[in-house]
Order: sequence, then C-alpha cells, then structure tokens
Amino acid sequence: MDSSLETAADREQLRRVVIDPVSRVEGHGKVTLLLDDDDHVREARLHIVEFRGFEVFIQGRPYWEVPVMVQRLCGICPVSHHLAASKAMDRVLGVPVTRSAEKLRRLMHYGQILQSHALHFFHLSSPDLLFGFESEVGKRNIVGVAGAYPEVARQGVLLRKFGQEVIRATAGKRIHGTGSVPGGMNRHLGVEDRDALRAEIDLMVEWSRAAVELVKRLHRADPALYDEFGRFRANVMSLVRADGAMDLYHGALRFRDADGKILVDKVPDQSYRSLIREQVKPWSYMKFPYLEQLGPDEGWYQVGPLARVQNCDFIPTPLAEAERREFIDHGRGEPVRATLAYHWARMIELLHAAEVIRDLLGDGDLLEGALLAEGVRGNEGVGIIEAPRGTLIHHYQVGDDDLVTMCNLIVSTTHNNQAMNTAVREVAHRYLDGRKLTEGLLNHIEVAIRAYDPCLSCATHALGKMPLVLELADAGGEVVDRVVRD
Amino acid sequence: MGGKFLFDGQPVPFEDGQTILQAARAAGHYIPHLCWHPDFPPHGSCKLCIVKVGGRHVSSCALPARDGMEVESDTPEINGERRALLQMLFVEGNHFCPSCEKSGNCQLQALAYELDMSSARFAHFYPDRPVDASHPDVLLDFNRCIFCELCVRASRDVDHKGVFALTDRGIRKHLVVNAESGRLADTDFAVGDRAADICPVGVILRKRVGFAVPIGERKYDEASISTVAMEKGE
Ligand code: SF4
Ligand code: FES
Repeated sequence: MDSSLETAADREQLRRVVIDPVSRVEGHGKVTLLLDDDDHVREARLHIVEFRGFEVFIQGRPYWEVPVMVQRLCGICPVSHHLAASKAMDRVLGVPVTRSAEKLRRLMHYGQILQSHALHFFHLSSPDLLFGFESEVGKRNIVGVAGAYPEVARQGVLLRKFGQEVIRATAGKRIHGTGSVPGGMNRHLGVEDRDALRAEIDLMVEWSRAAVELVKRLHRADPALYDEFGRFRANVMSLVRADGAMDLYHGALRFRDADGKILVDKVPDQSYRSLIREQVKPWSYMKFPYLEQLGPDEGWYQVGPLARVQNCDFIPTPLAEAERREFIDHGRGEPVRATLAYHWARMIELLHAAEVIRDLLGDGDLLEGALLAEGVRGNEGVGIIEAPRGTLIHHYQVGDDDLVTMCNLIVSTTHNNQAMNTAVREVAHRYLDGRKLTEGLLNHIEVAIRAYDPCLSCATHALGKMPLVLELADAGGEVVDRVVRD
Repeated sequence: MGGKFLFDGQPVPFEDGQTILQAARAAGHYIPHLCWHPDFPPHGSCKLCIVKVGGRHVSSCALPARDGMEVESDTPEINGERRALLQMLFVEGNHFCPSCEKSGNCQLQALAYELDMSSARFAHFYPDRPVDASHPDVLLDFNRCIFCELCVRASRDVDHKGVFALTDRGIRKHLVVNAESGRLADTDFAVGDRAADICPVGVILRKRVGFAVPIGERKYDEASISTVAMEKGE
C-alpha cells in the first residue's frame, strides 16, 4: 500500500510546513509537510508530539484500582478504558460476569458510544461538513453551526447529554465513575433513572435517525467529494459477535482485507498477541500495529466505525441494520473506503447505540439480580472493547500479591496510525500538491484526520488537553502564520 | 465540679477532665479533627482541631476546658489555618482522589470539602512511597499516610502487637512496619485487628474490596463530615 510520501529523499532541501497542533483533536499532534520550490508535496507525516508512559503508573498498583485509574487516560472516552480494564480483570479473577452486570456495563458502554459519537459529529466535524472545508474559519465551529442550523446543534447537544446521563446512572458520575468493578458491577440502575431515561429514549432514536439522514444528504449533495476525498485501500479490524453481528462490548477479532474478504476470523480476545505486532518508526512516538501474517508494509489496518460497519455481517437492531444495508449498497460491491464515509458509519452506530439503549431500558435485569460472581483466580487477562474510535485493548498480568506486574494498552488511535498517515498523504497529494497553501487547504488535512476522531491524548497516554492552535512555519522553523481556535 | 465556657459565643457546659473538643461535641458543636478519635486519648499532632482561646491558638483535642474560657472555632481566621494545614497534608503525600478507593469515605478528603479547600496551593513533594502488598488480606498504600498515628496507637494499645511505628522526622518522616523485613506479612497483624479499621485515610485497606460501594452510598456522599461526626459519633 502507498507509502511513497512517508520519507522524501532530499529532506534537507525542502521547505517545511507544520500544522501544529492539529485542531479540534484531543491531545497533542502535528502534521509536517515538506514542499519543494514548486510547492509539490514530497513528504507528509502525522506525528504525536508528546509521550508519557501511562503503563508505568499502573504497574505496582492493586488490580481492583485499575478500572477506575485508567479513566485518567482520556477525558473523552474514560468509560471505554473503565470497561476494557474491568473485562481484563474479570479474566484475572476467572469470573463469569453475571447477566445483570453485563447488561449494566453494556448500557454504560452504549451510552458512551452515543455521547462520544454525538460530540464528534456535531461539535467537531459538522462545521467542516456543513460550511465547507475552506469556509470562514471564525464561523467553522459549533457556535457557527448553532447560528446557521440551530435545530441540528440543539439535537447534537442533547444527544450527547443523554449519553452522559446514561453514564451517570450506571457509573455514578459523568466522569471518573466507579460502576464497573473487577468481576461485575457495584450498582443496579435506579428506577427513577430508568424512568427518566425511558421518557426520552424514543426522541433520541428519532434524532439519531435524523443524524444519519443528514450525513446521507451531505453525501448526495456532493458525491464527488464524499466518495473520493481521502480514499485508499486498507484492511480493517474489529470485534464481531459469534454470529457475525456488530457487538461493541464483546466478541472475537476479525480482519478483512481491502477487497472485503475475511482474512482472519473468530480469534478470541485473549489471543490478540498471536495476531498483532507493533512496529516502531524513528520519526514517531506512536507505534504502528500490523497483522503479523501480512507484515508491517501490508498488514496495517483501520479500526473504528468505518471498519466496524463493514466488518460485521449485520447490525442486530432493525433501524441501524437498514441503514447499514444502504451504506453497503452505496459501495456497489466494493467496500466503502472514502475517509468522509467514517461520518456516515459513525452516525449509523449512533443510531444503533440509541436502539440498544432503548431495548436495554426495558430489561428488568438492570434493576435487580446478582452483580458479582466468584471465580478461580489467575494471573493474566486481556480485555478488548470497541470504543467509540475503534478497538481498545487492555492487557494485564497480576501477581499473587494482587499488584499489577505488566500492563499493555493498544488504543484505537494507535491502531489507526498508519491509516491516518495514509489519509494525510492522500489528501496532501491530491489537494495541496503544487498549490499555494492557504488555511482552507491545510484544513483539508485536518478534516481527513478528524474523520478518524483520533484521541491523541489516549494514544500518547498523556494527561490533559491542549490549546487548539494552527501554525504555519517556514523552512527555518519560523512561524509565518498562526490561527487560534477554541 | 465542671463549669461553662463560651464556644463561638454560645455557652457550653463541661465536666472536669473534658477537653474543649469533647465538651463542644457533647453540646453539639463540631470541631474538625484528624488524629483525634473518640476511642483514643488525645494525640495532638495534626492540629486540625485548633481553636483560639484568649488570643492563643491551642489544640482543642488536648486542652482541658476551663470555666469562663472564650473559644473561637468556626471563624474565617481559624478555618483559614485549618485549610492551610490540610493543603500541606495534601502536598506531603500522594493523594489522587479520583482513583483512590477510599474516596467518599476519607476524612482528609471530607475535611477538604468541609473547609472549602479548592486547590493544593503549595508545590507537591511527590514522595516515593512504595506500597506493601505482602499481607494476604491487607494492603498498605503509604502514599496517603498523614502520620496521625492512630494505627500505631490501636496496634500497640488495643491489639497489643505494636505493628506500626513512625520513623524519621520532618520531611523524611514516614510510617514503618515493625518487622526485620519491614513487610506486613512478617508481623502478626490480622485483618480483624483494631488497627486494620482505624485509618482515617486510604493507607490500611482490606484487599479486594476496592470500589465495591457505589458512588452515592459512601459515608460522606450525602452528609458532610461535620454531620456524620455529630450524628454517628465518628
Ligand atoms: S496509616 Fe493511616 S492511621 Fe496510620 S498513621 Fe498513617 S494515616 Fe494515620
Ligand atoms: S485532632 Fe487535635 S491535634 Fe489532631
């Protein structure tokens, strides 16, 4: 697969443009472009600027603390880490999680999917999509959307709020909750919370349908852009339920190749290491995972909504399944590979999450039933979950004294590292090459990265957020232009 | 014989031998405290219980009440000093509430809420204090120790085992386990000991409990530490 723009031959002679840091993306990241005198792009890279090893914090801590502690990894999807760590610790304890506990965790997780997907689409990406990549930069934000499309913005805000309420009701707090514990859960859903959520869920399903419609309308209005922008071949990976259904909470690993053919299937989560290797490149702190049997050059893959919607055989809720079929038909027999299709797939998942929540809220197991079970204690466990941004892997070893001795995390953004770099190169090559760079053109690159909804703070395991600034620098590293956005 | 003193302007009766803190509590007035515990003699180390008597700052957990005293406790000045003491305790150890299993049940955290402590104010020491997980039933996370010596006293005076001790002074002060190896597993400490349940913060922890109690049902979730202390006598 194309990596021709990864490293230019005559790097020292080229002019350097830095997009630093990438705006409206969580964490610290930057893009560097090397241009020759005729403005041809010769090299394009997405780098992660900062690195702090979170694994070190975890080693030496008691295992029961880990599901709460790992939430510090990310301010956007702490629940994904909370649940992935819990699932890994279930294995350490050898516990078969009870029916009630699993349903409560599922409710929490789909609440997280709903809030994260709503945040990403409405707050972070809809400004580009509704106004255009080169529209006035001061208006290209959620405030601008609220002015021009008040109903869209309102539904986005309230969808997110609903997801956060689901999290609060199951985890105890919107962030840094404690609901999921090794071996199960520490709480049921309260009846008042259940009733309050139930009163709103039909509206949420309806708004989620409207969100899918909105993305489809955008695709129809400009097929040349939506079907071509950042399009490239890639393998995909996700968890899939035993019967082939989409399941974002639990399943076995499946890989498909760029033609949509299944490469590897039904690999149990505990065996991820037999499949995935990680490559280190000198210019990036973030590793590059790949499917071992294909090697680093051919084995890289995409994760996240675009991968999941096409990797499963069906979606087990009717409205989202109908949307999935329409999405697959759109590819006319080929996998849908365009970068902006991530948004379409993401909104199908948003709808699926709303439907799952609706079904779960009618389930009495959420209100009563055993929350914890006993098992035969072991020393190792892997927990994999489909986080909003893609597959999230937590792997621990725990000593007989209950302290963690080994911790390995592979987050969604790391899985997507090569895919995002490829997207950057595609877009740089196609839209920027040979042209005078403007903010609007550079924003094309950000639009491509943003479609992956990367969470660089997760990926670098760094703590905290960044100010959102875009800078253009010349060959000497001198800043020639600077835009600050909030 | 006893007598009466004025506590924040209100008359409080006392019996002979009662400290200011004891008499105030008996009359329904809360005074913040960390190293004092109703089951143990006063220790006088944390100074959270300071009050102002005749222009002097004194530890109310240790000072016997006297007839006609005028005691100031819940004033901006005294609460400001208590807050500063709390801030120092927070930076001396490694206290990260969001991932601490004692959160919601911790007296240090509850007092920080009670006294409106909103920042650490001082620079963190980040001391290096490895945990002791050697014991099968109890974990020691020294990161959170505030040196109140309640465990020292409980183990020595109630359990008659003398498992814990404080060593070094000033900035190097730390809690140790009385065993040649320094490990809890090599003492006769048992999970049923009084010392196992006495720690006001999150150092001495029963293993494998963790976050079993959900948010909303923990000791200080619904009621402040002053309310809990006065209503439950803790
Ligand atoms: S371990 Fe707990 S009880 Fe013992 S001195 Fe430290 S804070 Fe006090
Ligand atoms: S409570 Fe009085 S000095 Fe600690």
